[in-house]
Amino acid sequence: MATKNFKRIDGRAVDEMRQISAKVGIIPNADGSAMWKQGDTIAIAAVYGPKKMHPQHQQDPTTGQLRCNYTLGSFSVAERARPGKNRRSREIDKIIEWALSPVLQIERFVNNVIDVHIHIIQADAGTRCAGINAAALALAHAGIPMKKMVCSVAAGKLDKTLVMDLTKEEEDYKDGEGSTDIPITMTQDGEITHIQLDGKINSKELKEVIEMTKKAGKEIYEIQKKALKEVTE
Amino acid sequence: MTNENKRQVVIPGEVIVNGDDYLPGEGTERTDKGIVALRFGLAEEFNKLIKVIPLSGTYQPRRGNVIIGKVEMITSNGWVTDIGAPENAFLPLMEVPRFVNKNGMEEVLDIGDMVAAKIWSINRRGIDLSIKSHGLGRIDEGIIIEINPNKVPRVIGKEGSMIKIIKNKTGCDITVGQNGFIWIKGDKVEDEIFAKKAINFVVEKSYLSGLTEEIEKWFVKNEGKE
Repeated sequence: MATKNFKRIDGRAVDEMRQISAKVGIIPNADGSAMWKQGDTIAIAAVYGPKKMHPQHQQDPTTGQLRCNYTLGSFSVAERARPGKNRRSREIDKIIEWALSPVLQIERFVNNVIDVHIHIIQADAGTRCAGINAAALALAHAGIPMKKMVCSVAAGKLDKTLVMDLTKEEEDYKDGEGSTDIPITMTQDGEITHIQLDGKINSKELKEVIEMTKKAGKEIYEIQKKALKEVTE
Repeated sequence: MTNENKRQVVIPGEVIVNGDDYLPGEGTERTDKGIVALRFGLAEEFNKLIKVIPLSGTYQPRRGNVIIGKVEMITSNGWVTDIGAPENAFLPLMEVPRFVNKNGMEEVLDIGDMVAAKIWSINRRGIDLSIKSHGLGRIDEGIIIEINPNKVPRVIGKEGSMIKIIKNKTGCDITVGQNGFIWIKGDKVEDEIFAKKAINFVVEKSYLSGLTEEIEKWFVKNEGKE
């Protein structure tokens, strides 16, 4: 594979992620909150609850519920995005719910709901991954019982080379086979809770990319751990 | 890790100790890797039992907690109060230790009144309160401040040591609700404000160990300025 001599646009190594910084406890009014910055992508997440589900007819007496709300700031992208919910944000709401719910122990909060608001204030690809990382930190900060943390990263393939953490510029890569975007979320032990694929990849490469993601996931876990341990209120 | 009385911050999924020598307590779980934290907080070991003390998050009501709530609604057989928990709590007429005229329930507790109460039971239908103990009931005087419910154990201190110091030094009567509301009642407003400052100091420095000595130093420094 032509991995070794492939040059990325911003000069990173193929398995190198962008500069990450994370901060917990940024929103005083929320029960839990966090910021996740990965290169030029910035996501903030706020958790409210557990609180009683409203409207009442959606209450579930057998389990608690997770409700995610993903919004992309109108100023976050190069061309102004129309504010408010659209098809894409509704889809990502569900994706994030499914990525987080396997680790959350939400059953005991019967009739209750946990609201997670994720806001992207600057977008440069990998926004759902940054959102999931921020949401995981915010949920932990809100004291919600979780079996594990989740770490999310957008892996990808540029032409024939497997790379980690695509930028917007790389996502628009047109040469050869073009670009493939594979956002993956996994626990720190490498159990996958969410995987998406947009493009073309064969099964051997997919396995390889998952192995690369496991390595990146460990790095992300260490950053999350550090951020939570120096929480400021 | 975990020497005697050693505490450390843990995050969900972090292994606190390896091996089978310890028992998993609140907020932890035993897995094949050892005892694992289920929530973010301070891990503490006591008599081989490991538990995680929460540092953040909402108030989770427990039976027997003394809380301070706000009356939201009057129904035909009791009062609905907001206690800062996911659910509202209900104070039934039967749990008021005096005769109540059903047509004049607002004379006992009106909407907007603050009330100190004890959680009497938590069941499927909700949280039930009682004011049938000493020191509970409607709050008529003094000030009420709100702190983070997770800091309440620090304000109270080991076996009430911290709150005892603040009470003695300020001469105020202080009731700490487990839901983070604190009722301060003193002879003078200045005393109450002084007590409030002391409590805020404890909340700010809640991460320190040996906080009871710190508060004594704080009182030595600030007592004259009152």
